[in-house]
Amino acid sequence: MSKRIDLESLNVYYGDFLAVEDVNMVIEPKAITAFIGPSGCGKSTLIRTLNRMHEVIPGARVEGHLRMDGEDIYAADVDPVKVRRQVGMVFQRPNPFPTMSIKENVLSGYRLNNNKMSKSDADELTERALKGANLWKEVKDRLDRPGSSLSGGQQQRLCIARAIAVEPDVILMDEPTSALDPISTAAIEDLAVELKEKFTVVIVTHNMQQASRISDMTAFFNIAGTGMPGKLIEYDKTEKIFSNPSQQQTEDYVSGRFG
Amino acid sequence: MTTVSSALKASSSLPRWFNPAAIIAAFGIALAFDTLAGANDPESGINLLAVGFGGFILYTLTTYIASRSVEGSRKATDRMVTALVTTAFLIAVIPLVSLSYTVVANGLARLDVDFFTMSMRSVVGEGGGALHAIVGTLELTGIATLISVPIGLMTAIYLVEYGRGKLARAVTFFVDVMTGIPSIVAGLFAFTLFLVVFGPAGAINGLAGAVSLAVLMTPVVVRATEEMLKIVPNELREASYALGVPKWLTIVKVVLPTALAGIATGVIIAIARVIGETAPLLLAAGFTASMNYNPLSDKMMTLPVFVYTSYANQGVDAQAYIDRAWAGALTLMLIVMVLNLGARIISRVFSPKG
Ligand SMILES: Nc1ncnc2c1ncn2[C@@H]1O[C@H](COP(=O)(O)OP(=O)(O)OP(=O)(O)O)[C@@H](O)[C@H]1O
Ligand SMILES: [Mg+2]
Repeated sequence: MSKRIDLESLNVYYGDFLAVEDVNMVIEPKAITAFIGPSGCGKSTLIRTLNRMHEVIPGARVEGHLRMDGEDIYAADVDPVKVRRQVGMVFQRPNPFPTMSIKENVLSGYRLNNNKMSKSDADELTERALKGANLWKEVKDRLDRPGSSLSGGQQQRLCIARAIAVEPDVILMDEPTSALDPISTAAIEDLAVELKEKFTVVIVTHNMQQASRISDMTAFFNIAGTGMPGKLIEYDKTEKIFSNPSQQQTEDYVSGRFG
Repeated sequence: MTTVSSALKASSSLPRWFNPAAIIAAFGIALAFDTLAGANDPESGINLLAVGFGGFILYTLTTYIASRSVEGSRKATDRMVTALVTTAFLIAVIPLVSLSYTVVANGLARLDVDFFTMSMRSVVGEGGGALHAIVGTLELTGIATLISVPIGLMTAIYLVEYGRGKLARAVTFFVDVMTGIPSIVAGLFAFTLFLVVFGPAGAINGLAGAVSLAVLMTPVVVRATEEMLKIVPNELREASYALGVPKWLTIVKVVLPTALAGIATGVIIAIARVIGETAPLLLAAGFTASMNYNPLSDKMMTLPVFVYTSYANQGVDAQAYIDRAWAGALTLMLIVMVLNLGARIISRVFSPKG
C-alpha cells in the first residue's frame, strides 16, 4: 500500500525555536518526492515529522495537521510507535545494528517487536527484502556475518531492506547517498525508482542531478537567514522546478547561482 | 646524480647500535662511579636507587647531546622524551611488580590443600585454613552483586535514557556523594540498619556485610553503566524507533546488548573494587574461626578480614599466623585476577563484531 500525505499549515519547533514555518503540501502516493534546499533550511526536520521521529528530541514539537490518507497522525489518540511502523526511514549514515547479523538486521523490525515467525517465513522474508533492496546476490552466502562487515553502500541497502521488510506505506530517505560512492549511489537511485511502485517515497538530497533524475515532484525550501525559520518556497513537478520554476529563488538555487 | 633536493633529505642519523650501547655505558659508568665513591651497600651489593638515577641522567644527557649534534634538535627532543616516558612507565610498574612478587613469595608457603579445605575452628598455631573466609567472601560479594547490579543498572538506564530535569540531577548528585562514602561509614550504616530492624541478635551477619558492600558497589556500577550507555550511538536508537519499536524494547534489545560488553567489564571492576574491603565487613559481618554457610545468621568470615585478624591477633606460633595472612592475601589476589580474566572473556564474547 502506498499513502498520500497531506501537510496543512505545519509549524515545526525545537523548543521555542521555529525551524520550519507554515508548510502546505500534498505528497503523492506511488511517486518520489524530493526535498531540496540549502543547508539548515529544515529538510531533515520536516522529513522527520512525517514519521513522528521529530518528537524524539527533547522539547521538539509540531503544530498543524499531517494526514495520511486522511487520517491525522498528530491526533491526540494516535500512537507514534504505530505511525512509525507504517512509515519506514533510511538515515544519512548507514546504521545497521552492530550486534546483529545481516539476516537479523533485515528481520529486526519484527524481532525487536517480539513478533514470532516461523523459520521458513523468516528465510522467505529475508530473501524478499534483500532482493527488494538489490542486495541479495551480494550477501546470500553470508547472511550470518555481522551487518557492519559490509561496505558503506551495502550497509545502506541493508538499512533499506530492513525498512521495507516491515512493509510500510511510506519510505523516507534523508540524504541516503551522501556518504556513498557513485556506483552505490546509482544502485540506491535505481532502487528508489523501483520502490515507488509500491511505496510513497520521500527523499532529501543535496544533489540536483539526483533529484532531477529520480523524483516526480520536487519541493524547494529556503531560509531567509540564520535563526529564521525555513519555508517551502516552491513545490511542483520536477521538470517544472528544474526547467521553468516560477520563483526567482528556486531558479537561482537549481542553476547553482545561490549564496 | 640523485635529484633529491637538500630540503627533503633526511639528516644523517645515529647508528642502530647507539641506543643499546648508550644504555649499557651509562649504567655501567654509574655503577663504577658508585662503587668507587663507596655509595654502594656492602651487604646487599649495589645501591639500586643511586645507580638507576645516575644511569638515567647520564643516558638522557649523552643521547640528547649526541643526537642533537648528529640528527638535529627535533630527533634529539624525540629521543629525550622517549627516555622520560619510558622511565616514568618503569617507575610506575615497580610497585606493582614488587607487590605481586612479595605477595606470591610470602603466600606460597601456606597455599596448600589444608588452606582450601579447613576452617580455623579450634586451630592453635600451625595448620588450619581459610575455607570459611573464602566461602564468606564469595557469598558476600555474590549477594552484594545481586543487590547492586539491578539497582545500578536501572539507575543508569534512568539517567541516560529517561532522566531530565531536577530528579535526574538529584540522582546524579547522590550517586556522586555515594561514590565518596568512606567504606567504614557504609559498614556502620549496614550495622545500624540491621541493629534497628532485627535487634542486637541479628545485627552482625553475612547479609549485613553484603549490604555494606552493595552500598559501596552501587555507585560504581551506575557510573560504569552510564558511561557505556552514553557511548551507544544515538543513531541506533533512532534506527530502532524508526522501525516502530517502542522505547523500552529499544533499550532492552538494542541499547543494552550493544553496551553489554562494557557493562559486564564495569560490573566486574566494581566487584574487584569491593572484594578487598575490610573495614565495613569487620563491623557488619564480624569475624569468626568457624565455617558458616548461612549469610542470614551469625558472623561470617571473609578473606580481607581473615588477613587482618591473622596478622593482628598472632598467637603463640606467630609465623604460622603471618603465613596464613599472606596466603589469604594471595588467594584474594588470585580471585581478583580470575575476575579480570572473566571480564576480558566476557567483553570478547559480547562485544559487537565486525
Ligand atoms: N536537535 C536540534 N535541536 C535544535 N535545533 C535543531 C536541531 N536539529 C536541527 N536544528 C535546527 O533546525 C534547523 C533546520 O535543521 P535541519 O537539520 O532540518 O536542516 P537541513 O535542511 O536538514 O540541513 P542539511 O542540508 O545541512 O542537512 C537548523 O537551524 C538547525 O540548527
Ligand atoms: Mg539534513
